[in-house]
Amino acid sequence: MMTPNPLRVLILGAGSGIAQATARLYAAEGAMIGLAGRNAERLTAIAADLTARGAAATEIFDIDFTDPDAAATLAGMVAKLGGLDHVLLAYGVLGDQALADRDAAAALAIIDVNFRSAAAWMLAVANLLEVQGRGSLVVLGSVAGDRGRRSNYVYGAAKAGLAVLVQGISHRFRSVGPRVVIVKPGPTDTAMTAGMAKGGPMWATPEAVAAVVRKAADSGGPVVYAPGRWWLIMAIIRNIPAAIFNKMNF
Amino acid sequence: MRVAQPAFPDELPPLMRQGAELPHGVLAGGLRRSYGDSCINDGGALVEMTGLDRFVRFDRTTGLLEAEAGVSLSAILKLAIPAGFFLPVTPGTKFVTLGGAIANDVHGKNHHRAGSFGRWIRSVSLLRSDGSACFVADDDATGLFAATVGGLGLTGVMTRATLQLAPIASSNMAVETVPFGNLGEFFALSGESDASHDYTVAWIDCLAQGDKLGRGIFTRARHASDGELRVKPPGGPSVPIDAPGFLLNRLSIAAFNEVYFRLAGRARQATVSYDPFFYPLDAIGGWNRLYGSRGFYQYQSVVPPSVAADATAEMLRTIADAGQGSFLAVLKTFGDVASPGLLSFPRQGTTLALDFANKGGPTLWLLDRLDAIVRQAGGRLYPAKDGRLPPAMFRAGYPALDQFTTHLDPGMSSTFWRRMTP
Ligand SMILES: Cc1cc2nc3c(=O)[nH]c(=O)nc-3n(C[C@H](O)[C@H](O)[C@H](O)COP(=O)(O)OP(=O)(O)OC[C@H]3O[C@@H](n4cnc5c(N)ncnc54)[C@H](O)[C@@H]3O)c2cc1C
Repeated sequence: MMTPNPLRVLILGAGSGIAQATARLYAAEGAMIGLAGRNAERLTAIAADLTARGAAATEIFDIDFTDPDAAATLAGMVAKLGGLDHVLLAYGVLGDQALADRDAAAALAIIDVNFRSAAAWMLAVANLLEVQGRGSLVVLGSVAGDRGRRSNYVYGAAKAGLAVLVQGISHRFRSVGPRVVIVKPGPTDTAMTAGMAKGGPMWATPEAVAAVVRKAADSGGPVVYAPGRWWLIMAIIRNIPAAIFNKMNF
Repeated sequence: MRVAQPAFPDELPPLMRQGAELPHGVLAGGLRRSYGDSCINDGGALVEMTGLDRFVRFDRTTGLLEAEAGVSLSAILKLAIPAGFFLPVTPGTKFVTLGGAIANDVHGKNHHRAGSFGRWIRSVSLLRSDGSACFVADDDATGLFAATVGGLGLTGVMTRATLQLAPIASSNMAVETVPFGNLGEFFALSGESDASHDYTVAWIDCLAQGDKLGRGIFTRARHASDGELRVKPPGGPSVPIDAPGFLLNRLSIAAFNEVYFRLAGRARQATVSYDPFFYPLDAIGGWNRLYGSRGFYQYQSVVPPSVAADATAEMLRTIADAGQGSFLAVLKTFGDVASPGLLSFPRQGTTLALDFANKGGPTLWLLDRLDAIVRQAGGRLYPAKDGRLPPAMFRAGYPALDQFTTHLDPGMSSTFWRRMTP
């Protein structure tokens, strides 16, 4: 299924459940897919899967996202892919909030991965897209970034930071040229949430979120909830007065 | 039962080693579409394989597919159909995993042509609970392949398998339905249709008695010889709540059967998509809730050809006498293609699949009566559909059991296995 001009897609954090499900949608379109992550063996398995599903080609980038020089690393990747149309920033760690409450180093580790390094990559991608005047960046945020709650507020704060960055980049791009979107999934049944009690109406599948992510790269934004009903739920939750919210147990 | 959900194969060895240390060991699980307790491991660990759902390679010219064992048959169809291939054998739901289909060596409506699922498996990558990995091909001389196919997940965790897909020219099926008036007519129709059609199966009205005993509707089909290669879009209605018990009394089943029989009262031909033909229940999410909160028993037997007509008639008489009808009574002739597994269920003969709403004692009493008929006939029951198979009946039906046991992974077990081997 070699298309003459395949879409060139870079996925940062390709091992995550949502990233894999999204990559499969791109593969079915015959895209050329760059997979960046920390575990070459796992990325190789993902690449084989995408090839079987119809990807025009795959490239593996075994990298550490917290390395400081995102821009240079990105330039190398783009050279290998022969161009860049879509970028999905999907990596992140949930971390252990209880530990972060007591241990500043643990809290900073969550912020380093989810915000500091992600911000560096977003700015590097934004600069590149701005130069080429087209392309799109989709960032995976979280509904946890819409209101801090005691069970995951360090993670939430980092994701909230990403949302403000997206807002700013989107303002910078205005409505012309490249697009930037943050997708905020609700609870999703992936490896990140392994061990939590799942099922019930609040949980979404990675496939359902992936469909929203894929669409966000083409249209809509700059803030998209996945599934869409989370827009309403979070609008309510954001507006609950703190006096009441803080008495709630969730 | 502790459940782990690995997403990558490298997570398996430590999970297996930890699980093997539990008193009841570890078991791999798929999409849990088995009706009984062969896919659960109370007091032990279950490694749910559905996160390991990657394709490894797919040759679009030969139809040879290697995939991780947690991939669903539904995902395989999505890949295969546009490329002009189909599952060589498929059960009545596509929501089962590759590993689960191998572990039960499942069968389909084309058994008389294609044999069981395991016949199309070229190799399996197996991980034992001590962390050792092995690759067994279908020509394996050690017996481990034969133990693993149909091996109820007890020889190790299958991590990957290679499957030979079957070429098709269209995703549509040319289907013909023919009503028949009694069991004798079924055997005649089946004999003639098995020679001419890839897929054959019959629905039976198991409340009909006397000279109507075994009346039903015969379906025979082939893949259409030309047309589109289209995957069916997802979705469909679902059953929101458990149905009340009164829907399942004798009268309502009799009425349902009568209406169904009348509707299909004359022979007809149609071209339909593969999906409603193979997977009618998949369109109704939660169909099992139709049986209400007490659930139901599945019961599937196979009896050898020489006694098939008599034994089947006796089973149907017993059910009709007991007045406990089954909505889904399905009759099918298995052909003479040998199954590769030591514990494979399919063997040449006639298979009858039933489900009975659970009415407690009377239902269990009826199943015991059916057991006696099957055992007398030298037949056996299908562990995948079982929740109460007596151990003696299991031993009698599976003479290769002792040979199988030599290939057991000592760190693995299941609730079913402990029930069968007390
Ligand atoms: C509506 C419906 C229709 C059906 N129709 C048919 C039919 O026509 N023919 C037929 O033969 N069956 C039929 N079945 C039964 C079904 O095909 C089998 O039970 C199948 O094995 C279920 O697969 P699963 O992935 O759900 O596995 P599970 O039910 O989760 O597990 C089944 C067995 O496989 C083992 N297993 C699963 N994955 C692995 C692995 N990776 N490595 C090792 N062991 C593993 C488990 O330990 C267990 O012993 C039907 C079931 C339903 C619900």
